[in-house]
Amino acid sequence: MASQPAVEVDGLRKVYGTTVAVDDISLTVYEGEIFGILGPNGAGKSTTVESIAGLRTIDSGTISVHGIDPVNQREEITEVLGVQLQEAKLQPKITVQEALELWSAFYPDPEPWAPLAERLGLGDHLRQRFEDLSGGQQQRLSIALALIGRPRVVVLDELTTGLDPRARREVWELVRDVRDRGVTVLLVTHSMEEAQTLCDRIAIVDAGRVRALDTPAGLIGSASAATITTFETPVAIDLASLRELEGVTAARSENGTVTVEGAEGVALAVIEELRTQGVAPLRLRVAAGSLDAAYLDLTENDTDPDIRQEALR
Amino acid sequence: MTSPTVAVIRTESRLFARERLSLFWIVLFPSLLLVVLGLVPSFREHNPDFGDRRLIDLYVPVTVLLSMIMASIMTMPATLTGYRESGVLRRLGTTPAKPASILLGQVLVHAVAVAASSLVVIVLGRVVFGTPLPESLLGYGVAYLLALAVSLGIGTAITAVSPTAKAGQVVGMVVFFPCMFTAGVYFPVEVFGGTVRDVISFTPYGAASNALNDAAAGSFPALADLAVMGGWTVVLHLIAVRAFRWG
Repeated sequence: MASQPAVEVDGLRKVYGTTVAVDDISLTVYEGEIFGILGPNGAGKSTTVESIAGLRTIDSGTISVHGIDPVNQREEITEVLGVQLQEAKLQPKITVQEALELWSAFYPDPEPWAPLAERLGLGDHLRQRFEDLSGGQQQRLSIALALIGRPRVVVLDELTTGLDPRARREVWELVRDVRDRGVTVLLVTHSMEEAQTLCDRIAIVDAGRVRALDTPAGLIGSASAATITTFETPVAIDLASLRELEGVTAARSENGTVTVEGAEGVALAVIEELRTQGVAPLRLRVAAGSLDAAYLDLTENDTDPDIRQEALR
Repeated sequence: MTSPTVAVIRTESRLFARERLSLFWIVLFPSLLLVVLGLVPSFREHNPDFGDRRLIDLYVPVTVLLSMIMASIMTMPATLTGYRESGVLRRLGTTPAKPASILLGQVLVHAVAVAASSLVVIVLGRVVFGTPLPESLLGYGVAYLLALAVSLGIGTAITAVSPTAKAGQVVGMVVFFPCMFTAGVYFPVEVFGGTVRDVISFTPYGAASNALNDAAAGSFPALADLAVMGGWTVVLHLIAVRAFRWG
């Protein structure tokens, strides 16, 4: 991975009236990375990327996109940054082709729109009006428009909301292609699956702060359920002794299937323990925990009342 | 490569041509009204109360103002508040095109539609009902441009002060009827005398109506009427600039 920073956010803070939308966010996105910002609704994700896109004035902190300050250099930022905004529509009666042509006229060296439209499955809809497109088609058009100016950084906010699973996979493929061409991707999402499959690194944001910033594997590894060990057993076993094992965070039994969650390495300890108990496990499975668990750990267990209060104040 | 602003204006003209309802109210409705009124025999009788002019003569400037009201109060704010609400302006703000270019585009296409409507009304009145052409061309031109400027000022001010498209409709409705009344759509403002007439003369369309009638009759519009329109134009545009929000 290239080590040049593409986007640097330092101490970003944004307050709307009495609501703290972004409390204190700092992060660095490197060139050629797919960087995810993950968090619950109202966590400050959209405000963060809209500030990066130069759409917001900020209360404190600094932002730099390839050396450009988006707040004070609006013109320059639009040339290096492509944006697909959450729930931003186009003129209802504009056709797909007209929108692509219009956006092409905005940039000095636009990407040819026809192959791009083809790539995004819009080739058969060029004469259709925006208001007549399905939600997924509108979304794909919006992505095409974000890419047409050959940006160095592209911001995709709620990228695959409203897409069916097949379309979603196609869009993911496209995002990887874009990255392979050297474009840095900043992805805002609340889809765990999307973050896990697509992102090189993820920042988990909650209540206007970065709670964790790591690779998907790193985040999963740090969760209380980094590995999940399941097995079936015909005889009753002593769950309490499993729970006492080092690193185990939960152990339960349902219909003869036992599930043990815990840190890396718990699986071996479980097998050791079963041997001492003289139980032979059937259908033994060891799986990596999901990002969901890491996410829940970081956003919900962490209900430090002070932080919540501060965010609400 | 065309400039982003030109591209936006071109797109907005294309899109406007698809707005059949807007085109109907701005371009077709004023002509229709003129024709319907002209078919009423009493509207074609010379009336000594109006300086021996006929009612239909007075209705030519009225229908000219009517298309301005339709454009500036009914259609333009609806389009622009819709653009703001659905994020079109915000989206454009992330590109090298300035969101102001879409505002400019909307103002231009509405101005062109109004001009087309006025031309149709004046020619139709002349050809079908023998209404007089403006005798003071310069006076008519000045009065017309000021009336158009104040109209577009009303439209952008409504857009600016309305946080949502729905609010824009409400504000538009509140402004619409007084404008129709003072422009003389319900009955020519000439029927009023004294204080009522004086008050009407201080409204944008009251002054516009006076000025257009003067110019149609051959004299240069009264400076007071031009000043009233100019004053409203400045105030309304200041409101628009101050209050306008893009997102």
